[in-house]
Amino acid sequence: MSYSSLAAWILSWEKWTDSCWQLNLEDALLGDGILKGMAETARNFFGSYVSKERLTTVEYPEQRIPTAENARVFPFLVYDGANWEAGMRCVACQICEKECPPKCIYIEKSADKKPDYVGKQQFYPTRFDIDVSVCMSCQICVEVCPFEAIKMDTQFELATDDRFGGLLFDRKELSRSNEYYHSIHPTEASEVDARLAEEKAKVEAKAKAAAEAAAAKAAAAANPAPPAGGGS
Amino acid sequence: MSVTDIKTERVAGWNRPPVIEPDGEGELLEVAMGPHHPSTHGVFRMDLALDGERVVRLKPVFGYLHRNHEKLGEGQSYLASMPYTDRLDYICSLTNNWAYALAVEKLVGQEVPERAEYIRVILAELTRVQNHASSIGFLIQEMGASGTPLMYAFKEREKILDLFESLTGSRMMCNYMRFGGCRVDVSAPWLDATRKVVAGLPVFVDEFEALLSSNEILMARCQGVGILRPELAINAGVSGPMLRASGVNYDVRKVDHYGIYDRFQFRVPLGDHGDIYDRYMVRILEMRESIKILEQALKDLPAGPIMDPKAKLRGFRPKPGEAYGRIEAPKGELGFYLISDGGPNPYRYRVRTPSLINLTILEDMCLGHNVADVVLIFGSVDIVLGEVDR
Repeated sequence: MSYSSLAAWILSWEKWTDSCWQLNLEDALLGDGILKGMAETARNFFGSYVSKERLTTVEYPEQRIPTAENARVFPFLVYDGANWEAGMRCVACQICEKECPPKCIYIEKSADKKPDYVGKQQFYPTRFDIDVSVCMSCQICVEVCPFEAIKMDTQFELATDDRFGGLLFDRKELSRSNEYYHSIHPTEASEVDARLAEEKAKVEAKAKAAAEAAAAKAAAAANPAPPAGGGS
Repeated sequence: MSVTDIKTERVAGWNRPPVIEPDGEGELLEVAMGPHHPSTHGVFRMDLALDGERVVRLKPVFGYLHRNHEKLGEGQSYLASMPYTDRLDYICSLTNNWAYALAVEKLVGQEVPERAEYIRVILAELTRVQNHASSIGFLIQEMGASGTPLMYAFKEREKILDLFESLTGSRMMCNYMRFGGCRVDVSAPWLDATRKVVAGLPVFVDEFEALLSSNEILMARCQGVGILRPELAINAGVSGPMLRASGVNYDVRKVDHYGIYDRFQFRVPLGDHGDIYDRYMVRILEMRESIKILEQALKDLPAGPIMDPKAKLRGFRPKPGEAYGRIEAPKGELGFYLISDGGPNPYRYRVRTPSLINLTILEDMCLGHNVADVVLIFGSVDIVLGEVDR
């Protein structure tokens, strides 16, 4: 049986032989597909010795692809300085808790206040829990945070055998230093630092101006009759 | 098909082909294919009645993956629904983002800067290429070629996903578009990497097609199987490559000119027969057209802002009204319908998902075919269960 008659036999029990196809089965050589496929396989197999681009897989635990700079997995809380509790940027405004789509953030606001990075008295979270088994890594909390306090981590190997508490992170487990933030998202972190420094400078300039004005006022109060014409 | 045929079918009901009757010998065999059958792309069940090998009845059963998507959207702010849209069709999250952003932008009359429009087009067309590549890979997998063609498709998809990750931070759940623009700007190294990937895409499509298009097994199993006639396709509301493979010239990119699609030169490939082979061929040709759009968009990408400065992120409250935004997603027409009552949450949030509507004519395509062809016909619809059940 020749190839064309075999093809005709395959076609005979279908009803569409009268229609016209872009590529017809009768034109195809049986076994053609296998030859083409094997040629392609051989090209890639031998090509992989020459060009590294043909090697598309890595042996995961030993070899790792570097993570992209923008990569995001789960959120963390940024703190400035050495002490995580004192330097925490979060002011417990609870915007992220409200905006979080799967509602995985739980915040309790403090009763007292502590100074933030510009020295202004702010609340701080006495409790800040994120259930990362609920978190869907969407970055909405980062976008809505007005204080640059919450950012996305790139750490993804978080498997645990404790299914109740193991993935519920409290504020201590969530806090990471600003240096760590710089190490994982360098571009973004420098932009944030520049913005915060600008804000701080503005606040300080304002405070300085206010202090000068107050000092001038105090000086004016101390000398009730300043010399009118230069006092010479 | 003559006009009278269509008329009698309309009288008979939902434009159905004649019911296949059992031949009377032996009993019908009822088979529950799935959920979690390897061919069903997820938790989907087909209740088949078989007469020997021939399908006499097919009942699709879905809803196993129902996640209350629409009701969730009504209970939270407009922005908070954006990451949920990634989870509809998780293969192409960026087009889902775009459709939702388009609907909200229509609702509030928000303008989008030109650069953001270009970035959206680039990302949507990259999404289309990777979706079609992997859907063809899955189709061949269901034909019995286990692994190799799918991995060929995934090799190219991986390059595109790497681009998505370096831009949006996530490979699949991109959550990238915002009302009035995009979240982060593209950098010059990213554009260079994209140009490199796009330059490599025609080579990939050529190689893929040389391996598959004239393969005799693919032709023997796909040609003439699962024919969807254009009349039925239009009546059932089928869209996307499924509809165009049946020869109906309908592409939302050409019909609506949403975004900036009227600036690009591209053609809409159409099939003649509406069988699986035509669907395969339309997807291949659409990849080629997408590459053309990508080349044009990458060439003309203007400088400028990516976000309208007047757009609000927090405290977003549209005026009362309604809007329907739709785009040509890789799987078909994806639309979001929103009603606002002036509050921070939508009053009504409805998604018109192409996968679900393309699946409704599954029985009509499968009747009379062998049970092995059912798997193939199902694969050619190109569905994602996240979008069917939502």
